[in-house]
Amino acid sequence: MLYPDTVEAEVLVHKPWFVATLFGIVLLVFMAFNMSGTGFAELMRPVIGEPSTSGLYGRFAIGFAIAVIFTLNVVLIGFAPLKLQIGIVWLELLLLFIAFFETFHLSLPFIREKLPFLISQGVVTTLYVSAISIVIASVIAVAGAVAKLSNNGFAYAIASFYTSFFRGLPLLMQVYLIYLGLPQLGFVINAVPAGILALSLCYGAYMTEIFRSGIQSIDRGQWEASRSMGFGFALTMRRIILPQALPVIIPPTGNQFISMLKDSSLVSVIGVWELMFLARTLGQKTFQHMEMLISAAMIYWVLSICLELIQSRIERHYARSKVR
Amino acid sequence: MSAEVIIEARAVSKWYGQFHALKDINLTVHKGERIVICGPSGSGKSTLIRCFNRLEAHQEGEIVVNGVALHGRMSNVAAVRSNVGMVFQHFNLFPHMTVLMNCMAGPMWVKGVPAAEARQTALQFLERVRIPEQANKFPVQLSGGQQQRVAIARSLCMKPDVMLFDEPTSALDPEMVSEVLDTMTGLARDGMTMVCVTHEMGFARAVADRVIFMDAGQIVEEGTPDAFFRNPRHDRTKVFLSQILKH
Ligand SMILES: Nc1ncnc2c1ncn2[C@@H]1O[C@H](COP(=O)(O)OP(=O)(O)OP(=O)(O)O)[C@@H](O)[C@H]1O
Ligand SMILES: [Mg+2]
Repeated sequence: MLYPDTVEAEVLVHKPWFVATLFGIVLLVFMAFNMSGTGFAELMRPVIGEPSTSGLYGRFAIGFAIAVIFTLNVVLIGFAPLKLQIGIVWLELLLLFIAFFETFHLSLPFIREKLPFLISQGVVTTLYVSAISIVIASVIAVAGAVAKLSNNGFAYAIASFYTSFFRGLPLLMQVYLIYLGLPQLGFVINAVPAGILALSLCYGAYMTEIFRSGIQSIDRGQWEASRSMGFGFALTMRRIILPQALPVIIPPTGNQFISMLKDSSLVSVIGVWELMFLARTLGQKTFQHMEMLISAAMIYWVLSICLELIQSRIERHYARSKVR
Repeated sequence: MSAEVIIEARAVSKWYGQFHALKDINLTVHKGERIVICGPSGSGKSTLIRCFNRLEAHQEGEIVVNGVALHGRMSNVAAVRSNVGMVFQHFNLFPHMTVLMNCMAGPMWVKGVPAAEARQTALQFLERVRIPEQANKFPVQLSGGQQQRVAIARSLCMKPDVMLFDEPTSALDPEMVSEVLDTMTGLARDGMTMVCVTHEMGFARAVADRVIFMDAGQIVEEGTPDAFFRNPRHDRTKVFLSQILKH
């Protein structure tokens, strides 16, 4: 939340100048596009006659109708309470997206046929690869952050080399390096562990920096109070510093988790049967690429939403000590 | 004085880089003694008492606390610190824990006291600083004076042999100063060994056994409150006292 002032301002979307401006912009934008071939133009047929020959009048009428609907919608939503507003806007945006996907003429039976396998094999693999990588990355991040903040030369050098290297190389390269490079050294490694290792190391490097800045954001006084009571380093870190750093660490870490979930699709290049790999191969035989790719995209989105929800839960938990 | 020695500083010197922050400090604190340290800003008062629990390192001389010499290679610094309570100017309560938990944390995690017993001790000391009803709030929900009293209770829960105070009232509004000073006076009455950095001269007069005046990293003058306030010997002390008592 931004700072909520206690003086109530008039709702922006109810100010005449705003409504008028919005109306004007929408009207102009939709007049600029030629909408005469769309379904909306068909709906307007009683007013404008044959859409393709309606010319400037047709364009204006279509733009005007859309602008009226749009502006009215915005003004009406302005009356609803906050929760309802959020719900309605989400729903409307979702409907627009579905309308967009409609235009692909996807074969629903095909999706329904392949979806169970896509989920039972693809989603499960994606989920466990990301989950394990996330755990390992977090452990690396804590260790890396402590090393980077320590005044031990070895620890600092190793940690800074590590973050520099793994943040600097493309993730795809890291996947190949580990899968194809490690066997050169005599470690034969399977595709799944190689993928997990690559993801953990890469994201551990990013998260090291997140954890480091989180730890640094805690006031020195907390260390002093803790140490002056006889707490050791590990105890101070675990009980005093990290719990306070978490509210700072969690939002960017949630970002990383969501990003990792999708980057786990990169391990498909070494033949791991995760979501993206299956989406591509299942659609290939019958050239129904779009069906599978859009299904996969939707599944990624749903998984990300789950992570977002978990993140906001955790954030709320840690917000307790901040409320007055 | 024949009482047991709690803190002994002998010829202590400390540098921050080139800057000579403490110069040849000699000070002995006996059990049950109340010592007030005052002096102008930047004179090294904080630095000195932070050396007493090794939050700062001294480079020359010797500091012995409870019979243990403080130095860079010591392995039992935690044991020394757990017997030396410290109260900071800015309270430094743990904001993510309730007041009660702030007080229970030390005994439980450092001394391994069972939770039930730690809780009892915590409530007892919160009672003593007269805020038992705030036990389940978070620090941000308390006023400055209440927070500082929690900080005092938190230190007391460790059952320290000596309490160090670093300007405990200087971040507080005037009406909150007296509630904290009352708490500290109560502690002094009960015989707690205390070293207080403070500019509250009323408190020094009423409570202190000895007042120490520091300037530019040195102990300039030392004496009973009576002697110190009535006839300061040193010019710098006179200037300081005239400034601080002017208002
Ligand atoms: N970490 C540090 N690095 C360098 N110089 C420091 C550091 N801490 C303190 N000093 C210097 O040491 C001197 C003594 O500082 P100290 O904090 O002990 O003063 P003080 O007597 O407590 O003053 P105040 O009444 O303002 O709290 C000051 O001149 C300060 O600039
Ligand atoms: Mg100070």
